Amino acid sequence: MLVIKDLYAKVEGKDILKGINLTVNAGEVHAIMGPNGSGKSTLANVLAGHSNFEVTHGSVTFNGKDIFEMSPDVRAKEGLFLSFQYPVEIPGVSMVNFLKTAVNEHRKYRNEKELSAGDFLKLMREKKAMVQIDSQLTNRSVNEGFSGGEKKKNEIFQMAMLEPKLAILDETDSGLDIDALRIVSNGVNMLKSKDNATILVTHYQRLLDYIVPDFVHVLYEGRIVKSAGKELALELEAKGYDWIKKELGE
Amino acid sequence: MADVLEKISAVQRISGLLDNNLSKIEEGLPAWVNQIRQPALKAFQRMGIPGFRTENYKYTDLTRLFGNENFRRAYVPDDFEVDLSEVFSCDVPEFDTHLILVVNGWYDEKSNRNTTYPDGVVVKSFRRAMIENSDLVMNYYAKLAPVNEDPLTALNTMFSQDGVFIHIPDHVHISKPLQIINILRSEDDLYVTQRNLIIAGKNSQVKLMICDHTLMPQQFINNNLTEIQLGQDAVADIYSIQNQHNKTASLSGIYVHQEQGSQLVTNAITLHGGIIRNNLKVLLDGEYASAKICGLALSDKNQHVDNYTNIEHIKPNCESNQLYKNILDDNSTGGFTGRIHVLPYAVKTAAYQRNNNVLLTNAARMNTKPQLVIDNDDVKCSHGATVGRINDEALFYLQARGINEKEARLMLMFAFAHEVLAEVKIEKLRDVIDKLVNKRLRGEVSKCHSCAMDCIR
Amino acid sequence: MSVLFVTGINSSYFEIIMEDQNKLLNEVTQRDYRFGFVSDIETDTIVKGLNEEVIRIISAKKDEPEFMLEFRLKAYRRWLTMKMPEWAQLKVPEIDYQDIIFYAAPTQQAKYESLNEVDPELLRTFEKLGIPLEEQKMLSGVAVDAVIDSVSVKTTFKETLAERGIIFCSFSEAVKHHPDLIQKYLGMAVPINDNYFAALNSAVFSDGSFVYIPKGTRCPMELSTYFRINAQNTGQFERTLIIADDDSYVSYLEGCTAPMRDENQLHAAVVEIIALNRAEVKYSTVQNWYPGDKNGKGGIFNFVTKRGICMGIASKIFWNQVETGSAITWKYPSCVLMGDNSVAEFNSVALTNNYQQADTGTKMIHIGKNTKSTIVSKGISAGHSSNSYRGLVRVAAKAENARNYSQCDSLLLGDSCGAHTFPYIEVGNSSSIIEHEATTSKIGEDQIFYCNQRGISTEDAIGMIVNGYAREVINKLPMEFAVEAQKLLQISLEGSVG
Repeated sequence: MLVIKDLYAKVEGKDILKGINLTVNAGEVHAIMGPNGSGKSTLANVLAGHSNFEVTHGSVTFNGKDIFEMSPDVRAKEGLFLSFQYPVEIPGVSMVNFLKTAVNEHRKYRNEKELSAGDFLKLMREKKAMVQIDSQLTNRSVNEGFSGGEKKKNEIFQMAMLEPKLAILDETDSGLDIDALRIVSNGVNMLKSKDNATILVTHYQRLLDYIVPDFVHVLYEGRIVKSAGKELALELEAKGYDWIKKELGE
Repeated sequence: MADVLEKISAVQRISGLLDNNLSKIEEGLPAWVNQIRQPALKAFQRMGIPGFRTENYKYTDLTRLFGNENFRRAYVPDDFEVDLSEVFSCDVPEFDTHLILVVNGWYDEKSNRNTTYPDGVVVKSFRRAMIENSDLVMNYYAKLAPVNEDPLTALNTMFSQDGVFIHIPDHVHISKPLQIINILRSEDDLYVTQRNLIIAGKNSQVKLMICDHTLMPQQFINNNLTEIQLGQDAVADIYSIQNQHNKTASLSGIYVHQEQGSQLVTNAITLHGGIIRNNLKVLLDGEYASAKICGLALSDKNQHVDNYTNIEHIKPNCESNQLYKNILDDNSTGGFTGRIHVLPYAVKTAAYQRNNNVLLTNAARMNTKPQLVIDNDDVKCSHGATVGRINDEALFYLQARGINEKEARLMLMFAFAHEVLAEVKIEKLRDVIDKLVNKRLRGEVSKCHSCAMDCIR
Repeated sequence: MSVLFVTGINSSYFEIIMEDQNKLLNEVTQRDYRFGFVSDIETDTIVKGLNEEVIRIISAKKDEPEFMLEFRLKAYRRWLTMKMPEWAQLKVPEIDYQDIIFYAAPTQQAKYESLNEVDPELLRTFEKLGIPLEEQKMLSGVAVDAVIDSVSVKTTFKETLAERGIIFCSFSEAVKHHPDLIQKYLGMAVPINDNYFAALNSAVFSDGSFVYIPKGTRCPMELSTYFRINAQNTGQFERTLIIADDDSYVSYLEGCTAPMRDENQLHAAVVEIIALNRAEVKYSTVQNWYPGDKNGKGGIFNFVTKRGICMGIASKIFWNQVETGSAITWKYPSCVLMGDNSVAEFNSVALTNNYQQADTGTKMIHIGKNTKSTIVSKGISAGHSSNSYRGLVRVAAKAENARNYSQCDSLLLGDSCGAHTFPYIEVGNSSSIIEHEATTSKIGEDQIFYCNQRGISTEDAIGMIVNGYAREVINKLPMEFAVEAQKLLQISLEGSVG
């Protein structure tokens, strides 16, 4: 589904990603872990197409298509979803209006009929119940005045609405209390299927107690330095990232 | 109609002064200085005496001041027998500065002769600099402060003869602050023109204090203009303390040109004065230059204080930050115009401005005109202005803790003022100004008879 | 002008907005000014140019009483002594007042008993404007006074209103039937010598709307006027006077369009509002005069004087405006808060694109005690346009405990436009609290990226974000206008984003 080959990227003139290789297939859950500044969020943003990040080398294909040929909204409509680490507030734009536009843009892209207001509201109610999001949140402006936990829940709710093929969750667990973490994880698990894939970008192992990954990758200084099964996360938790650094002979 | 006539006659009278005294004014000065007097005259005649019809002087009408004055002009330095440097014995150990005395707009050679400066720093009479350092001075004179933008600048350039010249060479950091004391001293009413130029070379650093004082009860008009050139990465802190009696009109202009990476701090503290108008224009003409511009004015009786700033963002990535406050008592009036202009190519500009004012009586009046003129989209700019009173809630809170109302008010006013004072980076100076402001708010300093140093002690 | 007339106010507003948002997005592909068609109606015009004779002709054609002619002539003589104001941040080409036709009226001036009698071409114009008069009569509950080239053509719902003593008619009719009211109030809020354009309007105004709400009456429906400039080389000078007597309430809407023409056309209107004791007047405008083409050719010069006086105790005046049109806008809807405890608000969205220039804002003059005013101004500049906020808050010494809060934000789209803020704050007593805040910033790239990531294109994202930014003001508009305003914002931004 997603194939990353020898990817290099820069931000503000500084090299952050230095040769990433990663393949994600349908039905898989990948966790990307690493210390602060290792390039985890950069990877997520490069995949989504943020213009602050400059790709200098390498290729990424998504469903066989070159994603660098696609603008960010086209990538989204192709089924790539980013759950933002810091979802931005958009004052005055209602969640309902925002999501209806997004959902219908996706539908148009797939040559499906746009949803009527009534059908859309019905869909929204269903998904809200599914991810246990407070129904009042959708009456407000996008992320405006949301607490940290509410913002993250809202991201998962949007993911439920848009039903992506590949979801990249960027530090979705940071700033969540246990209840919120459980709700968010339940949401992710519920949306998981054999046809879609998930990349969890996280600093801590905590999230992986709730969402069990098939693969764990350690990102360090812009490269994936270790890949293994879910047991790697526990090992990291126990030994810390210094262990990786030692292994690398630093 | 009457004031139109007055205006015309004042302009004519002042024009006549230039014509009639031209030989005295021009004597000894190089041609390139004297050549600018006629264009300045034309510009002045075109713009006229600034009054409320002039947009930039809407809140400071000088037509009456100029209409009524027929003051003496000091075309040659007045001769005082006393050595003023003795009167102003400023070697207070905890507050050590290089002292520069200016009397009635003239650099006081007698008092200043014994001062020496380290590392090639030059401080001298501007008159001498125009003659002796022509090549350097002519690059900046009337260029940083063009005559066609402002009538007071035109007026200054028409009559300019002397003032202070300071040159800090490249890479020199002068640690002891320079202190200019401008003294007004005359047996009869006097009109003073003073012109200064400060050049801070590449990567140099300088701290400058400017203190304005009147020593005699006569009426004064002081038209004081300073051009400042900050070279690449230069750092300059400029503090001015205005403490003059109520019959003084202080009309000052500061024009700053900043090159790449230079940093400017200005802080204008107005404790006393009759009519005070401070013009400040800053050109951020190099990337990553920054300007922090502050002012505090405490006024009462019939005083008038108007601060006018114009910050031009010419190059990208510059930052400017303005903070001006006024506390107005009795019948005093305050004005503030703060203009931020971001030019089309000055992307990544950050420009902020705040003006807060407290009126203590119903007869006091504050007019404020913050302005943003933004001509590109990659900017972060904001301004805020408030006019109000002492916060009732805070007052009550202090009273509830047993502080009497008068003291509580003073505390709150002092807290209001302190935000500006906190921007004074010379610690000793800040302490001194803090004390001065505190005394001023208590009404204990009504007029500064002697020198600033006395107040400082 | 295509207004979505909401049928039955209690029907789900939410659904309507949703549907509309959809349409709005579809319309993004439409690139031209949608209202640029020319109605083929016979027009009765007088010769070009301005002199006392022309003014006498206008007055005579309108069969006006002597005091009106006097008013006009006094204004004209005053105008001759005045100069075009130059303080605004505008570049105004010279206007040749001798090349303008100062009066143009559709020729069929007979008053109609039913819509069937109206010139069918005119009705088609209304249809294109989105004002289906007939339908409205049945469905909308909005009484419309449509003014084409300055003469009021037809007022609907007059009977319903008349039952309550409400007068809503063309200005000319009011002059005929209610001369006492006109004589008493005309020029009270905007004296003839107020400014250059007000003097000009006072001399030559051809028609406009008149509203009187009697004591204790709440106007049961929104009153609405559409202005449209049609004939070539005509200036439009309409005059609106609204009087709300003690304890009354009215919400008044004003919409504007003009056909596309290469040359500039002059529009200089005057609106006066008088609110007596405890009366409340809400005046909403969606201004969409032809803004000129992408290269700044053509478009309306809009020099408008609008002022309300809170005459009585606790009277209230609200100005709400969405400005997207005109090549040049010079407009400062103002309030004089005379009565103690009176309240005034100014809520404005001004969008400029291409080579449009706007210098707009408000004046709040506090004279009465405990008076309160609020200013919310949202400027949006795109293309090569220049957008200025200019506002005055003046607190007189007697206006104890006055309050003002002003928030002026500017949003910039593109690096060739300008956004300027010129507030004037003049405070003369110590018990008042005046606060002003202004910010200028670029549209949020993070916000656009966030929308992109959810599948929304950049152009749509910008439309959405701009509408969100203006929401606070749009929400103050009556419902049908809010929808209209949203659309206009989106359409006006087309092509502004590279």
